[in-house]
Amino acid sequence: MTRLPLEGIRILETADVWAGPYTCSLLGDMGAEVIKVESIQRMSTRGQTLRPPKDAPGYVDKNPGERPWERASVFNGINRNKLGITLNLKDPDGVKLYKSLVKVSDILVENYATGVLDNLGVGYEVLRQINPGLIMISMPLFGSTGPYKNYRGNGGTCDPVTGHTLLRCYEDNDPYYIGQTVHTDAVSSTTAVFAVLTALFYRRRTGVGQYLDLAHSEGIMPHLGEAIMDYTMNGRVAQSTGNRGVTNAPQGCYRCKGDDRWVTIAVTNDKEWTLLQEAMGNPAWAKADKFQDALSRLENQDELDKHIEEWAIEKDHYEAMHLLQELGVPSGTVIDHAEAYADPHIRARGFFEKVTHREAGTHEYAGNPWKLTKTPASIRIPATCLGEYNKEVLCGLLGLSADELQSLEDKQVIGDAYLEGADIA
Amino acid sequence: MAETALEGLKVLDLTRYIAGPQCTKLLADYGAEVIKIEKPGEGDPARRLGPFPNDEPDPEKSGLFLHLNTNKKSITLNLKSEGGKRIFKSLVADVDILVENFSPRVMPELGLGYLELEQLNPRLVMVSISNFGQTGPYRDYKAAEITSWAMGSRMYSTGHPDRPPLKLAGSVVQYLAGTNAAAAAMSALFGSLATGEGQQVDISIQECLLGAVDNNLLSHQYDHEVNRRQGGRREGTYPMGYYFANDGFFQLQGPSVRHWPRIVRALGIEELEDPKFSDPATRTQHHGDFDAIFYPWAIVRTKGEIVQMAQDAKAYSAPLLNMEEVVNNEHHNSRGFFVEVEHPIAGKFKYPGAPIKFPQTPWGVRSPAPTLGQDNIEIYCGRLGYSKSQIVTLRQQNVI
Repeated sequence: MTRLPLEGIRILETADVWAGPYTCSLLGDMGAEVIKVESIQRMSTRGQTLRPPKDAPGYVDKNPGERPWERASVFNGINRNKLGITLNLKDPDGVKLYKSLVKVSDILVENYATGVLDNLGVGYEVLRQINPGLIMISMPLFGSTGPYKNYRGNGGTCDPVTGHTLLRCYEDNDPYYIGQTVHTDAVSSTTAVFAVLTALFYRRRTGVGQYLDLAHSEGIMPHLGEAIMDYTMNGRVAQSTGNRGVTNAPQGCYRCKGDDRWVTIAVTNDKEWTLLQEAMGNPAWAKADKFQDALSRLENQDELDKHIEEWAIEKDHYEAMHLLQELGVPSGTVIDHAEAYADPHIRARGFFEKVTHREAGTHEYAGNPWKLTKTPASIRIPATCLGEYNKEVLCGLLGLSADELQSLEDKQVIGDAYLEGADIA
Repeated sequence: MAETALEGLKVLDLTRYIAGPQCTKLLADYGAEVIKIEKPGEGDPARRLGPFPNDEPDPEKSGLFLHLNTNKKSITLNLKSEGGKRIFKSLVADVDILVENFSPRVMPELGLGYLELEQLNPRLVMVSISNFGQTGPYRDYKAAEITSWAMGSRMYSTGHPDRPPLKLAGSVVQYLAGTNAAAAAMSALFGSLATGEGQQVDISIQECLLGAVDNNLLSHQYDHEVNRRQGGRREGTYPMGYYFANDGFFQLQGPSVRHWPRIVRALGIEELEDPKFSDPATRTQHHGDFDAIFYPWAIVRTKGEIVQMAQDAKAYSAPLLNMEEVVNNEHHNSRGFFVEVEHPIAGKFKYPGAPIKFPQTPWGVRSPAPTLGQDNIEIYCGRLGYSKSQIVTLRQQNVI
């Protein structure tokens, strides 16, 4: 029986939306025991409302069902391998139980706005008295100090302040066209996993816990190192280049045969340029002097792109990639989500796992992105239902009796269904 | 010198370019000893990528290299030589973690794959970062930032419906993969500490994107819809997106319809108090009317004042900053995010600082990025016991 790497480590999760929960599902995938604290008074990001309309997107078969909060993809994708409980943290009994959990946990992950946990009487200064070795990480948007410390927002609020948004426009530098994609939470979550395990390594040696402050903005800015250094070294303000390379051509996203199908190509040296020509059947236009070296390809890339567009439009977007890759030219099909599920490589990697969820049914979920060869991760526990593990955690771990559990339910400190108005709280 | 969190952790670093060095940078910056192995002569190719001060290329002055390789030691070693392999094996016997980001064929073809190395060091955690992973039909496929992003399934829905799918900025996909690798390395390390047995950690840049950048992968499984490009405007939903102020752009978003009345009052735009904008039954039809009122209102104000008003009303809002504004930003600087680093050849510049603040064991640049082979003597003579004249021979033989 393989022992997962983080077995024996207990994580308490008081987090919502994306970054905090994704951090904890990664840790849970690696074998940690994750206890996720929600409440029946206030709806987590388990959909937008308690009673969505029929045919709402994001729900199983667009059917919200009797308990829509158990059937929402926005939650179920990032809340597996966790034991979900509910506790009303505005109730003294809830706070007492929360503190008991802190006492037996190694790591606490939270991503509420700055001050929320302090106001509930469970800020770090209080918790470290209960558990001096506690490692606690907060993930506020811009950090827990500074002029923006109380700013509210999502990934689309963070991205602009890092400089990333203005660097990823089309070549017209107009952010209006770039759409809703942000990768903020993927950065924050993976950074947070690194952070808490680093703190745990230190605690292993010294017994000392820490309070870690991970601003989403500060997780991302080091990833824009080149642009930052060009400013600090040269006073130059980097501009968007769209899909084009800064120093290499051709590079771009080229339309293929069919409806909204594209392939990306990036030629990064003379050798790849030769191979690209071969892939295109060594057309005469490509022999022109103006395309033979890197600098002149850059200067003439408008014309170069037109020629490549004429070639690509005749091709299937997957065939184009395989043809180029066979010769050794960097190329990537722009795959959509349906194609991801069908892609032969992704499937051969065993990336998707079939999981049966008691309310959502059976589907394929994205696995953990880190392939540990001897102790592979898997989805051991499907996405937690609301309060699903109240008994297991409160009685099994904290030793409450059946009567005590019942009393908490009667007082609505715990439960397994949202109270009316939980989505407005 | 302040204590560091990863003091005592030993890392051997074969990585080059961006994804791998980002992984080992995180380990080094928080205190691990990272010995970076570079090819004799030209070293890490990132030394050629710049930016360079005054646009004067110099392998010791590449901004990308300087940023990504803080706190690391550098030795030169030719892994293709028998002598080089022997030295590598003696180094790897002694470390906790090895990180490499070569194409998957390379290490096994050198006789230095995980199966060989685990014999030398059973507790070794070997982190291998590659475009598509160590296995599978695309294992040997080449990639660049844009092609990796395309294969991650999110590019298709990034950008405007009337324009091509759009890449993210710079090399952020590669940095994200590097950060994934650091998190994975620490996870596997704990397994090795507990059992004495290490393993290989296979990181595919593609897999770091799938399912991580958005939840639309699973929502496709659930509702069978395919997420498509929407550009900056979702019909019927406002305020949402990036808008023009008189000195640049700002973001503004709800966050939900319930907050609308409060936001409108805080911004002081009387015409938007018309019930047609707040009634859920009618508001979606008046998106155009909203634009016609809001755009002229915003264009005569600064992004800073609009953001402050919106945040006071608990709306989501932020200014879009360019790099000059980022580096000079009051908030980032109040947190000490940018740090000055002095390099013996490149000089003194501001660098991005700590991604996470650790109060007891703060992030810091104990040493700037190394010059090529800077630590040859310390490691080869000091640690492995070679004499100076042996070092000369090894150099002459192109082993180091």
